Amino acid sequence: MDELKAPSIDYAAVAPILILFGAACLGVVTEAFVPRRARHAVQLSLALLATVAGLAMVITQASTRVTTAAGAVAIDGPAVFLQGAILALALVSLLLMGERKLEAGGAFVPQAAITVGSDADVRQAARTPGLTEVYPISLFAIAGMLLFVAANDLLTMFIALEVFSLPLYLLCALARRRRLLSQEAALKYFLLGSYASAFFLFGVALIYGFAGAVDLGSVRAAAAESDRDPLLLYAGLAMLSIGLLFKTAAVPFHVWTPDVYQGAPTPVTAFMAACTKVAAFGALLRVLYVGFNGLSWDFTPILGVVAVLTMIIGAVLAVTQTDIKRLLAYSSIANAGYLLVGVLASGEAGLASTMFYLVAYGFTVIGAFAVVMLVRDADGEAGHLSRWAGLGRRSPLIAGLFTFILLAFAGIPMTSGFISKFAVFGAAIEGGQTWLVIAGVISSIVLAFPYLRVVVMMWLSDPSEATPTVSVPGVFTTAALTIGVAMTLLLGVAPSLLLDLTSGAAEFVQ
Amino acid sequence: MSSFPYLSVLTVAPLVGALVVAFLPRSRPELAKWLTLAWSLGILALTVALWLAFDAGGERLQLRESYPWIPGWGVNFTFAVDGIALVMLMLIAVLVPIVILAAWHEADASGRSVPVYFALLLALESTMIGVFAAADVFLFYVFFEVMLVPMYFLIGSYGGAKRQYAAVKFFLYSLVGGLFMLAAVIGLWVAGGKTFDWAALTQIDMSAGTERWLFLGFFLAFAIKAPFFPFHTWLPDAGGVAPAGAGALLVGILDKVGTFGILRYCLPLFPDASRYFAPLALVLGVIGIIYAALLAVGQNDLKRLVSYTSIAHFGFIGVGIFAFTTQAGTGAVLYMVNHGLATGLLFLVVGMLVARRGSALISDFGGAGKYVPLLAGVLFFAGLASLAMPGTAPFVSEFLVLIGTFTVNKPIAIIATLGIVLAAAYVLWMVQRTVQGTPNPALAEVEGMRRDITLREKVVVAPLIAMIIVFGFYPKPITDVINPAVQATMQDVGATDPAPTAITEAAK
Repeated sequence: MDELKAPSIDYAAVAPILILFGAACLGVVTEAFVPRRARHAVQLSLALLATVAGLAMVITQASTRVTTAAGAVAIDGPAVFLQGAILALALVSLLLMGERKLEAGGAFVPQAAITVGSDADVRQAARTPGLTEVYPISLFAIAGMLLFVAANDLLTMFIALEVFSLPLYLLCALARRRRLLSQEAALKYFLLGSYASAFFLFGVALIYGFAGAVDLGSVRAAAAESDRDPLLLYAGLAMLSIGLLFKTAAVPFHVWTPDVYQGAPTPVTAFMAACTKVAAFGALLRVLYVGFNGLSWDFTPILGVVAVLTMIIGAVLAVTQTDIKRLLAYSSIANAGYLLVGVLASGEAGLASTMFYLVAYGFTVIGAFAVVMLVRDADGEAGHLSRWAGLGRRSPLIAGLFTFILLAFAGIPMTSGFISKFAVFGAAIEGGQTWLVIAGVISSIVLAFPYLRVVVMMWLSDPSEATPTVSVPGVFTTAALTIGVAMTLLLGVAPSLLLDLTSGAAEFVQ
Repeated sequence: MSSFPYLSVLTVAPLVGALVVAFLPRSRPELAKWLTLAWSLGILALTVALWLAFDAGGERLQLRESYPWIPGWGVNFTFAVDGIALVMLMLIAVLVPIVILAAWHEADASGRSVPVYFALLLALESTMIGVFAAADVFLFYVFFEVMLVPMYFLIGSYGGAKRQYAAVKFFLYSLVGGLFMLAAVIGLWVAGGKTFDWAALTQIDMSAGTERWLFLGFFLAFAIKAPFFPFHTWLPDAGGVAPAGAGALLVGILDKVGTFGILRYCLPLFPDASRYFAPLALVLGVIGIIYAALLAVGQNDLKRLVSYTSIAHFGFIGVGIFAFTTQAGTGAVLYMVNHGLATGLLFLVVGMLVARRGSALISDFGGAGKYVPLLAGVLFFAGLASLAMPGTAPFVSEFLVLIGTFTVNKPIAIIATLGIVLAAAYVLWMVQRTVQGTPNPALAEVEGMRRDITLREKVVVAPLIAMIIVFGFYPKPITDVINPAVQATMQDVGATDPAPTAITEAAK
């Protein structure tokens, strides 16, 4: 038997992951030793600092192209780019989590274990500052995502999947308002997420059975050369895809999305909508492009059907929604469909366009949820759409910014939404997937309707007694909203900055 | 290239004005109005300079400017105009100040911000100029779509009853066309080897199937915009509730983007497909002429009536374009200009009447000429121009379209001629029921009806009336400019004018 040897690790290349894990552990320690009064400031600063430091490390690694840790981790163009994207989006989401001015004590519950509705719960709902554990939990999630997009073998990918999923389940349950809804959402997310993880793991096992290895390079080689019955491989890929498509919120694995988006505290929803999407699509891209590239002919039609269903069902169901967070959830499902179109376009153009879409969409969606946080009344956020009537008269600035965000979702030019749609559709037509583009166009038309309805609500209806006032945002939400809208505009008007970056990064190491 | 960058300045200038006006305080509406008017007159001056810089006998696309935008995709800010685009720019520059003056009091009573209303008008002007000035397909598409946004808010925020429905319908219809065009634009880009430059795209070869699909993508967007039958149903709704200023721009200019797009993009880029689909387009055009005219006869709402007349006129323009003769093509382009003047005038005058009466229903009028004789006279004149009475500008264009079509396609020309009869019916009956006949006693009660046309309104209608008469007798300044462009377009589709061919054959 061979002697066990520790693999050599390129520490510089994996530094961003290590920084985030380290900071998360430090956050746990902080929770134990720093007095309660100072915890929020310390934890938030620590989280922001760690994210910025991770981002800085990512930038210094921009040209790294290595596999390290015995081939378990690949730091290449897409990995570095997606890690940068995750960190940048996480930074903005953390700002939203840090907001405490909108609601006394912030968006998070102080003690999640207290029974909902009990006297203690009423007391804690009033003023007590919320949990500060959310920051280390988020840092664990971010670290897991960083590893997820860089994982070069399926087991590492599975571990990363769990590392970033478990904290998300927890975060979902921590809403200060509507706690039962929040806990129910978390439970749903946890159960369905566990099933998805189990499918993923089973898929890994089947692929191991076929290829005799779990690293993507060997899988690729085995798929190309092995003369074994490929049934195991196909079944494995299908199971693996279920796990990944669940995270991307693709139909038919999307059912958790609206409930979880609605129940989770809004900053967490923003975090999930932006960062989880990047992580999930990053891993999907790597699995399909690196591990199963030779099979692309076999899986493209099936994934194509999934993409079409995702776009159409997401768009159609968005039309019927009356709650703004559920509307955005279905819109995010439809957007997962557009992203899948980019993934299936295959080749460098498909990869680059998908990565562009992820970043552009991430910033826009964070901006959208920042607005959702601001529009509130005595009971917290005003989720029901009818409450938004006449917002344009009451708060023209916020309504104006939200209109711009909605126009971006609808893909009107001069916004990043248009450029990203153009990019993925262009790549798909180039890759011969015209049918996906036709479905994309049709679903875009349907999807324009709900967005337009919100615009109509805000501007063309007259305000009523029930129209909530827009809270004066604190500095953190202002910053997050400004960044979200500014990036949406910038990437719409001058997309070359990011397009060049994505096309430069669009190559995996094998 | 060393000359003044007219087109980019012309595109950006209204937008700058819009930003300035939008941020004026709500309490200073007068300042916003005067500033907007002055700004639009400045743009008119710049457009006159542009006209003078254009060489009617020169190259097809002139005053070209190009700046890189998204080099990775081959997208540039390329501006250039041919004669057709030039006359449309002129029409915009002339109509916008008139519309601003006509809309002077329109936003006052809406309870919404007056400066924003005028800022939206300027923003709309900017996108309209951009759409005609673009010579890069991507850039054209961007303006084509962005144009929806200011118009949507103009209709939705400042329109009459049912404005939300009309605004959303307008937006969705246009977006549907726009998204199909987007797919075609991407397809063209892939087929053309990653370029969006109009001139380069006219040179590419593609298979007949590809060409037909791409043609349909573009044509659908333009047919909705124009609007051609059966994609027209948004216009009566939008035109019916739009405030008079925005409505005049909608039927006067915005619609022309559709027919302009067909001339500039469908025909030269997809000549074979254009010939293939021409019979279909001709039939749709004729149906539009007759069907919309019949519906116009039956309307009881003045603004909707004008909208339907507009759809009928677009049938003529469509027939003129797809007849594929230089004569009919010239007539069609001339019609685009004259329709802007005549229907613009009609819409504005109707707006003045409606503002006085407080209702757009024809049945609420009757003998209004007794109270406002001058305004009634202007309405009559606008009506005559709209039905293409000889001596008015639309007559020349309608005549050219029909003559040019007759030489190649007699049945279509003959059916289209029926449209003229119907036009006389709906215009004259409308005039009769509103300003002539026995006075409606209710009118005496209405405060507004005691005020005949004001000085401001005279300034609004005078230039339009003058132009309609002048171009009715002397269209040469316009035809000189559009003729070379139309000829070039007809050559693109390989149309040979029948008259000379017939002579040479006879000579043999």
